[in-house]
Amino acid sequence: MAEKKTKKESAAKKEPKKAAAKAAAPAPAAAPKVTPGKTTAKEARIGVYICHCGTNIAGSIDIPAVQEYAKTLKNVAHVDNYQYMCSTPGQKKIENDIKEHKLTGIVVAACSPRLHEPTFRTATKTGGLNPFRFEMANIREQGSWVHMHDREGGTAKAKDAIRIAVAKASLLEDLIPKAVPVEKAAMVVGAGIAGMQAALDLANAGIKTYLIEKNPTIGGRMSQLDKTFPTLDCSQCILTPKMVDVGRAPNIELMTYAEVEAVEGYIGNFDVTIRKKARGVLTPAEAEAKGIVGGGCNGCGDCDVVCPVIKPNPFEMGMKPRKAIYIYHPQVVPLIYTVDFDSCVKCGLCVDACGDKKAIDLEMKDELIKVKVGTAVIATGYDIFPIEKKDEWGYNKYENVVTSLEFERLICASGPTGGHLVRPSDGKTPMKVAFLLCAGSRDNTGVGKPYCSRFCCMYSLKHAHQIIEKIPGCQPYIFYMDIRSFGKMYEEFYYRIQDEGAKFMRGRVANVLEDPNTKNLLINAEDTLLNRPINLEVDMVVLAAAVEPCESTEKTRKLFGVSKSMDGWLLEAHPKLNPCGTTTAGVFLAGVCQGPKDIPDTVASAEGAASAASIPIHMGEVELEPYFAQCIEEKCAGCGMCVNLCPYSALSLVEKDGRKVMQVTEAKCKGCGTCGGFCPGGAIWMQHFATPQVVAQIDAFLLGGEQ
Amino acid sequence: MAEKDWKPQILGIVCNWCSYAGADLAGSARTQYPPDIRIVRLMCTGRVDPLFILKAFIDGADGVLVSGCHFGDCHYLEGNYKAAKRMFILKSLLKNIGLEDKRLRMTFVSASEGAKWAVVVKDVVDTVTSLGPSPLKEFGQ
Repeated sequence: MAEKKTKKESAAKKEPKKAAAKAAAPAPAAAPKVTPGKTTAKEARIGVYICHCGTNIAGSIDIPAVQEYAKTLKNVAHVDNYQYMCSTPGQKKIENDIKEHKLTGIVVAACSPRLHEPTFRTATKTGGLNPFRFEMANIREQGSWVHMHDREGGTAKAKDAIRIAVAKASLLEDLIPKAVPVEKAAMVVGAGIAGMQAALDLANAGIKTYLIEKNPTIGGRMSQLDKTFPTLDCSQCILTPKMVDVGRAPNIELMTYAEVEAVEGYIGNFDVTIRKKARGVLTPAEAEAKGIVGGGCNGCGDCDVVCPVIKPNPFEMGMKPRKAIYIYHPQVVPLIYTVDFDSCVKCGLCVDACGDKKAIDLEMKDELIKVKVGTAVIATGYDIFPIEKKDEWGYNKYENVVTSLEFERLICASGPTGGHLVRPSDGKTPMKVAFLLCAGSRDNTGVGKPYCSRFCCMYSLKHAHQIIEKIPGCQPYIFYMDIRSFGKMYEEFYYRIQDEGAKFMRGRVANVLEDPNTKNLLINAEDTLLNRPINLEVDMVVLAAAVEPCESTEKTRKLFGVSKSMDGWLLEAHPKLNPCGTTTAGVFLAGVCQGPKDIPDTVASAEGAASAASIPIHMGEVELEPYFAQCIEEKCAGCGMCVNLCPYSALSLVEKDGRKVMQVTEAKCKGCGTCGGFCPGGAIWMQHFATPQVVAQIDAFLLGGEQ
Repeated sequence: MAEKDWKPQILGIVCNWCSYAGADLAGSARTQYPPDIRIVRLMCTGRVDPLFILKAFIDGADGVLVSGCHFGDCHYLEGNYKAAKRMFILKSLLKNIGLEDKRLRMTFVSASEGAKWAVVVKDVVDTVTSLGPSPLKEFGQ
């Protein structure tokens, strides 16, 4: 093989063991296994196809000139162009030409390989070639579209891109994708409405589903809401049946008060370690396993009564107390108490109160549980943007300025005030309430978020309705930039609230000041419709605070290898055509973690993610791209540097013919090439991105490749 | 060649998951930038053998841009860290052989940073243009 190397290739690598490489014996004929280091045996004959993409490419690149140029390139046996290469006739060209022109490799100069590489690989395969003998030259996303007004420069770039692709295609080799079985189980991280819906769908499709929730109960943000727009359904009334279903579904293994600790593996075979945080309380099943018959927590609450420690309840936004042993609210699933070990003084009163049930174990430690799943859905939801950062609106400074989530609890019948809206400062019923929309959203000052949080307009309309309904004579004032009522029956709801008497003022509030005597709030704003300043005194201000990714999202996404958008929300594989997928195969996104969504959109996205996550499991097998590292044993010095570099522990040193050589465990190798980028002896062959192939691309760019 | 006609030859080695996707996004958004860069796509910047870059300079490249994911965002966990370490060493090597180390640049452009990709390319093109043709160019011939 070394003898066959072209001048360019040998220049590429200064091989310390030239002699050893030359002495290499031909590899055993264990077809179709690829022999590392072996480049195309017969003379390369490349077919080049240039796509017009309508005028997308042809509009700013001189296609005939590029075609004439491609004909001059080394190894090019056939050149053609077509309006739309991805169309059926376009693909047929490739399929027919492979036989007619005895092609050994295909180059399509068109859009991004991230878009159409699978299409043309299939065409290459249908034509009778190995699909990995295909290379794409990106002359659209990285060509015509970014040099729209530089026809000359864009055309020169396209010519070079084709020359580079032809150089690589000439050296491509047959590769066989590795098929791996898919574990018939899935994981859903986060048990808000998105995670619950995804888990229910997966479970109902016959898939064992692990549902992981960091809080002691499932339900998420939706369980904190009072009513839902625009139907004004009671949030808990429509949510709790689903919570009960999740608790009962035989295929769902619910793990609350638990977090994902580590993720290893790849699609079909994720090994996930879950940290089950010490809850201090045994479930009936756990108690039974310990031999305590009829024991375990039944949610009676006797412990809660005797516990002397009082803490704010985060479920009630800190406006209601809880004990050190607590449940968030009466409808929690599972109905199991939790000990907050950060505040527990271990007095033991709860243990005595629990009595024979022996449910409480104050010495409980965190547990690590390992499960294997085929696919995973991330549904980690959102937090409220810390709106105190927008100092001008006085949150945390003035008592009667609250966030909309606090308002939800104050107006909710099960909330801290039993559904009576009161001012935090004096407990009086407010008669004038101002709602400040886009509080931290659509904010380009650098303090808030540039995006629209998407559901604040609608819930603020709902809030206005609620106070009109509950407090006769109470006047809501809505300060808005635009009312975005985009969903089904949303615009109609907006009209209804207008008719009910809410006052709408278009203008962002400049600042909110407090009258120290009355604790009333003075709002300074501009009515941009009437072009006049507004100075309004109200009893209470509700900030429709922006939403941001949940704090735990960052950790979760890194564990699963999911990218994020510039605004921090998790990045989907394609914003339009693959909104639930991610660039990590087998990992999907549901709900708000991907971007702000209202409840209908969240549920739809969760069902989409569940459906996508169930496909590989039902297929039973997935193909992995065969970009594995291979060891060129005759060049390997057995130094072991690569073994330490591999992030997946896919490499090891083994004894062979009396010396140490590196060995790759293909199932673990993800093909990053970190080992290949380092190997001092050039002994690692990165399939499809092998050193001679990459160097041929570099040479083709800089030294030319014309015949 | 007249000085004003000279256009730099810049090699961009980018990872598939972040910077290549970012460059695609710049395309979808029709963000315009200078055409003086040619891209070689690898799965990860961790794959970038320093010899690729040296080969490019020997072949007469005026500049090389290596672009990957942000730290902590690597699709393969830590390939970009390893690449960045190699680039540091390589930069000092370039200085030692008398080549301006500004001709080699490593950047981090995520899949959602199309606009940043355009800025990066423009900046690299400007930097390399101001440095002029690579002194190694004539050796390559």
